[in-house]
Amino acid sequence: MNANPNFRFPGLRPAAWLFFLYLYMPIVVLLALSFNANRTATIWTGFTFDWYGVVLANQDMMNAAKNSLIVACSATLIATAVATLAALGMAGRRFRGQSGVAMVISLPLVVPEIVTAVATLLFFVAVGVRLGLTGLIVAHTVFCIPFAYLPIRARLDGMDRYLPEAAADLYAPPLAVFRRVTLPLLWPGILSGAMLAFIISLDDVVISSFIAGAGSTTLPIYIFGMIRIGITPEVNAISAIMLLVSILFVALSWLAGRSRPSRA
Amino acid sequence: MSSPTEGRTAPRLRRRTAASWLLVLPALAIIGLFMLAPLGLMFEVSFLEKGAQGGVRWGTFTPEAYVAFVFERDLDDSLLLNLDYVRIFARSFVLAFATMTIALLIGFPVALHMALQTQARRNLLIFLVTIPFWTNLLVRNYAWILFLRNNGLLDGVLHALGLTDAPIGILYTPTAVMIGLVYSYLPFMVLPIYASLEKLDFRLVEAAYDLGANRWRALWRVIVPLATPGIAAGCILVLIPCLGAYVTPELLGGSRSLMIGNLISGQFGQARNWPLGAAFAFVLLTVVLIAMVAYLVRFRQPPETA
Repeated sequence: MNANPNFRFPGLRPAAWLFFLYLYMPIVVLLALSFNANRTATIWTGFTFDWYGVVLANQDMMNAAKNSLIVACSATLIATAVATLAALGMAGRRFRGQSGVAMVISLPLVVPEIVTAVATLLFFVAVGVRLGLTGLIVAHTVFCIPFAYLPIRARLDGMDRYLPEAAADLYAPPLAVFRRVTLPLLWPGILSGAMLAFIISLDDVVISSFIAGAGSTTLPIYIFGMIRIGITPEVNAISAIMLLVSILFVALSWLAGRSRPSRA
Repeated sequence: MSSPTEGRTAPRLRRRTAASWLLVLPALAIIGLFMLAPLGLMFEVSFLEKGAQGGVRWGTFTPEAYVAFVFERDLDDSLLLNLDYVRIFARSFVLAFATMTIALLIGFPVALHMALQTQARRNLLIFLVTIPFWTNLLVRNYAWILFLRNNGLLDGVLHALGLTDAPIGILYTPTAVMIGLVYSYLPFMVLPIYASLEKLDFRLVEAAYDLGANRWRALWRVIVPLATPGIAAGCILVLIPCLGAYVTPELLGGSRSLMIGNLISGQFGQARNWPLGAAFAFVLLTVVLIAMVAYLVRFRQPPETA
């Protein structure tokens, strides 16, 4: 490949450096300000962990965080299971209606979130279901499916499809082929997909704030409410925590997805 | 591979097709029941009469919501032209296209720079571009409030440089919304352009040099045309979420920088006019789907990121 091609453009490197500075400056500043002792949030007067203590002692916020975790874990489990099956069904063979199926699976990525939020709200109202945590789990599962599906599908496409066939030729029953050959090879993709789904669910604001009832406030909804009231050091601290959780999961997902499929 | 023309293998093929359908069925069922059906319902609601205390009256039919898009009813029930909603839609399109253009101007050089690196560095840079995209949208927009608000960090920097002495008051303006949107969706522009540049055979650029082209000519006549699918994908991936943006204008914009997303949400909040909100949402969905279909027809494959 063109590792170091004979093409240079003046100013490209500084432009890229500026870009990455721009990309990370707000994140770094937010992290720094979360340790600021000053209440006014943007004037630096000293280092403190206090705001993290305040956040962790806030019972409402902890309840919201618990709701977020329940919803994210449930939605991730269901979406990843369903997406794994779908990826297995879509990979390696062609069948009629396949492109239609692919379109339906990617639909949650295309439809604007606000539209999904409105439609889901109307649906729950029309069906007459109380909008508790279950409603949130259902809605989150829907938009997590494509995020879980894409890495799994990519992993399957990169996999040696003769390995499962070889196992079958050696008289392994289909279930054993899946459990002993396909699943171990697919595992990094599944892990990667699950972590992306988890992050997406944990971060969702728009859809959740439309369908969450009084008792099912999630952490982003709670933070959204706080930000609209004003800037406080508590918001800085909780935002910093959410940032770190996201970055941790993306890094793990990246590492899981990066290990190459083995080609025996 | 078994060929469908051989009679012997046809039943086996049918069985495998059935297995494929069985495997994709749960995903289809969930998305169908909880996304397609709600979207259908939303379309229906946009043609219902609104209830007296909010909500809707089921089983009615009226195109009122779509009429209300452009007209308002006077006291004597005559229609008056009212372009408030049209104006908000127009503003959303202007903001979304401006965001897309700025993101392209920033994103293309970055993607080009990434494509010119060694493999190990490329992977690292992709990772660095992806991280902010996966972090909470709310938090990223919040960080910009810290920068843009009166006496915030931007004012501080400008004051220190001696450029201004009063706050420039940029927060809660359309400019602030655009800054937030560009920041939020830049990775969507960089990644697809990078994906198409990475596949580009740079020997073609050398060939252009040999034929007497300078750098700029090589860029315009060789690199940009070959990167067109990536550029188009990036544009559509930025445009679509910008059109439906809700969080960014809510946090960084003021009443004069409302966008479609806030308009829709307002009909389900204070205004309590669900049919009108559903109609707005349906119009937005239609626009987005048309843009997507136009892209698919032109490039024959879904937008691809790295």
